[in-house]
Amino acid sequence: MRRRRSNALTAVMVLMLIYTMLPLAWLLISSTKNSSDLFSSFGLWFGHGFHLFDNVHAVVTYDGGIYLRWFVNTLLYAVVGAGGAAIIAALGGYALAKYDFRGRRLLSALVLGAITIPGTALAVPTYLLFSRVGIVNTPWAVLIPALASPFGLYLMRVYAADAIPDELLEAARIDGAGEIRTFFTVSLRLLAPGFVTVLLFALVATWNNYFLPLIVLSDPDWFPLTVGLAHWNSLASGAAGSGATTVSFYPMVITGSLLAIVPLVVAFLLLQRFWQSGLAAGSVKQ
Amino acid sequence: MTIAAPPTPARRRNNRRRRHGTYGYVFFTPFLVVFAVAIAAPLLYAVYLSFFQDRLVGGNVFVGLDNYRQALTDSLFRAGVGRVALFLAVQVPLMLALALVAALAIDSGRARWSSLFRIGFFVPYAVPSVVAVLMWGYLYGRRFGLVSTIDQWVALPDPLGRSWMLASIGNVVTWEYAGYNMLILYAALRAIPTDIYEAAQVDGAGEFRKAWSIKLPAVRPALLLATVFSIIGSFQLFNEPNVLQSLAPSVVTTSYTPNMYAYNLAFNGQQFNYSAALAVVLGAVTAVIAYAFQRSTKRTP
Repeated sequence: MRRRRSNALTAVMVLMLIYTMLPLAWLLISSTKNSSDLFSSFGLWFGHGFHLFDNVHAVVTYDGGIYLRWFVNTLLYAVVGAGGAAIIAALGGYALAKYDFRGRRLLSALVLGAITIPGTALAVPTYLLFSRVGIVNTPWAVLIPALASPFGLYLMRVYAADAIPDELLEAARIDGAGEIRTFFTVSLRLLAPGFVTVLLFALVATWNNYFLPLIVLSDPDWFPLTVGLAHWNSLASGAAGSGATTVSFYPMVITGSLLAIVPLVVAFLLLQRFWQSGLAAGSVKQ
Repeated sequence: MTIAAPPTPARRRNNRRRRHGTYGYVFFTPFLVVFAVAIAAPLLYAVYLSFFQDRLVGGNVFVGLDNYRQALTDSLFRAGVGRVALFLAVQVPLMLALALVAALAIDSGRARWSSLFRIGFFVPYAVPSVVAVLMWGYLYGRRFGLVSTIDQWVALPDPLGRSWMLASIGNVVTWEYAGYNMLILYAALRAIPTDIYEAAQVDGAGEFRKAWSIKLPAVRPALLLATVFSIIGSFQLFNEPNVLQSLAPSVVTTSYTPNMYAYNLAFNGQQFNYSAALAVVLGAVTAVIAYAFQRSTKRTP
C-alpha cells in the first residue's frame, strides 16, 4: 500500500534534524578557526583563514603529544573493557537462557537488580575501595568496572533464548561436541547480532566514560580523552587555578573534541545493520 | 527490574539438559567474578564506611547512623536532590515525548528520508557527554558561539546564568539521549505485526486512531524501560554540570547535584565517610523511585 507523504511531518523532522546537527556543524566549522577568528567571526560560518591542519598539529604535538597518549588510553579502555564486557555478558546470558541449574532464578534476579544500581553511584565507593587495594591511578581502576555490564547480560539472555534452538545444542551434544566448544563454534555465531549490539553499547559507555576515570586517575598519562579534554577546557577558561586565561586552548579543545568523536560515529554508521536488529530484540522482548 | 521476564514456558526439561546444567555455572562464573569485584564490593564497602567518621579526637570511630542523620538535614544535599527532582519532572517527559513523536513519525512512513532522520537523530548518542557539554557550553557562551551572535539583534537571557542553567543542562541531556530513546521506541514499533494494521484499516481506523490504539500500547514496555533509565540518569546527573562548572563557576556550585556534592566532599573535602553515606542514600532513592514508577505503571495490562 502506498502511503501519502506528509510535508508537514517532513518539515517537523527536518527541524529536529537541524537541532541535532547544529552543535556538530558548529564544531566542524570552528575546528577550522584560530583563536582570533573564533572570537570575531560568525559561529556558523567559516572565518578568515583555514586553520584545521594547524589546529590538528597543535593538538597532537602539545605537551609531547599527550593527546595521542589519551587517544591510545581511550582505545585501550574501550577495546579491552567493552570487548571483555561483551564476552562476559554473552557467556552469562547464554548460561541463564540455555542451562538449567540450581540458583538460576536467584542469579537472574541478581542481574535485574544490578541493572538498577547506577554506575555513577558506585564511582566514589569504587575509588575508596581501589585506593585501599592500591590500584588507583592504574588502568585496572578503569578496566575492571568496565567489565561488569548487567544490562548487556540481560540483553544477551533475551537474545540467546530466541536465537539458539535447543534442538541444535542437542544435536551438537549427540555429535559429541563439548559444551564449551559448542559455545564458541555454534552458539556464538548465532549470537552475533546481539553480541555486536552489546559490544557497541559497551564501547560507547567506556569511550564516553568521564566520572569514574576522573576520580580514579590522577596521572595525566593515564587519562582518557574525556578527562583530558575537560582538563584543557578548564585551562582555557582559567578555572584550573593557573590565574591567566589561556584562550589559545580553545581551538585545541574544539579540534580535540572533533577528533574524539570521529571513531565512534564511524563505528556506528558502519555497523548499523547489526545493532539495529540486536536492539530490536532487546527492547521488544520482555 | 522493569522488565521482569515471564518464566520461560516449561520447555522439555529432559535429563540431558539437567545433566549439562553444571556448565551453566562455568559460563556464568566470569560475570559473577566481575560483579563481585566491581559492583558488590564497592557497594558493601560504601555501606561499611558510612557508619564511621573521622574525629579530631579519637581518629576514625564508629558512629552508627550519624552520617545518615546528617544527610537528611543537610540543606546542600537536599537542595541538590530537589534540583535533580525538578530536572527529572521537566526534562524526562519532554525528551521522551520528542523521542516518541520522532519514532511514530519515522514508523508511519509518511515523512520523507526516514532512514536519514533515524540515523541523524541517533548520532549524538555516540558523542561523549563531555564533548556534548563543551559544544553546547561554547554555543551558550557570550564570548563566542551562537548566543553572543544572536544577542546582537535580540536580547537573550544568559543560558549560563542562574535562572537558566538547569534548562541549559536539560537541553544538553535531551540532545544527547532523545535519539537513543527514539531508536528503542522505534524498534518496538517495528515489532508490531502488520496484520493488526490491516485489520484496523478494514475497520476504518485513521492514522491517529492507529497510533493511539495500537502503537502506544505496543511501545509501553519500551517506554517504561526508557523512563526508568532516564530517572536513574537524572538522579545521577554529574558530567554535564561538572564540565559546565568551569564556564560558570558561580552558578554551578560544588553541591549543584547530589553526585557533584558527594564527589567534592570526597576529593576536595576529604570527607570520605560522609561522601559514602550520601552515595548510599542517593543510590537507594534512585532505586526506590525507579521501582515505584515501574510498579505504579504495571497495573494496567
